[in-house]
Amino acid sequence: MSIEVRIPTILRPYTKDQKNVEAAGATLADVITDLDSQYAGLGERLLENGALRRFINIYVNDEDVRFLGGLQAPIKDGDSITILPAVAGG
Amino acid sequence: MTLEISRAFVDAILEQSRAEYPDECCGVILGPIGSDKALRHKPMVNSAHSPTFYEFDPKDLLSLYREIDDSDEEIVVIYHSHTETEAYPSRTDISYAGEPGAHYVLVSTRKEIAPATEFRSYRIIDGAVTEEPVVILN
Repeated sequence: MSIEVRIPTILRPYTKDQKNVEAAGATLADVITDLDSQYAGLGERLLENGALRRFINIYVNDEDVRFLGGLQAPIKDGDSITILPAVAGG
Repeated sequence: MTLEISRAFVDAILEQSRAEYPDECCGVILGPIGSDKALRHKPMVNSAHSPTFYEFDPKDLLSLYREIDDSDEEIVVIYHSHTETEAYPSRTDISYAGEPGAHYVLVSTRKEIAPATEFRSYRIIDGAVTEEPVVILN
């Protein structure tokens, strides 16, 4: 089972500068666990106290995961996940 | 580093900041990957609609990244306005700055300095802010 994950510039130091990596999992939470086991520290940049960080956007295919069940969003083979830091500030 | 930017973009950004006042306005200027040239202005919607916060709508953000992937462009400038304070990155600006390669432009149209305006550019990398010169091309 293989899912392509798009890594934003700011997180590429964790993935040896790879823009696209592969991961496995049946839910977004599983995928993040798998990513963190391959690229130590990446999970912490996506999660805070076990929840998705507010200013990290994650999309499955073209849909914001917040509308797909968040960490419980179902993931299937061939899905494409995109991670983008929010462009935000005060 | 220096930001080189055309007068037309500076004027358009200042005009946008006045038009969206009292909310903060925001947007990007795109350029070919690796060129550091600010060539294509794209105003964005501030989905926070707030005088003290801005955020690109997550759907717009994804569309923007898909678009620049297809066009071999990158984000050269990320800008937003401060409506009542100096054009200097706030603590939240620094903590959410996620594009280490971009010029972060801040404009201010605060009343104290009107009719003058501020247009300043910064690098924000790992929480460190470095102001850089702005060269306006006529």
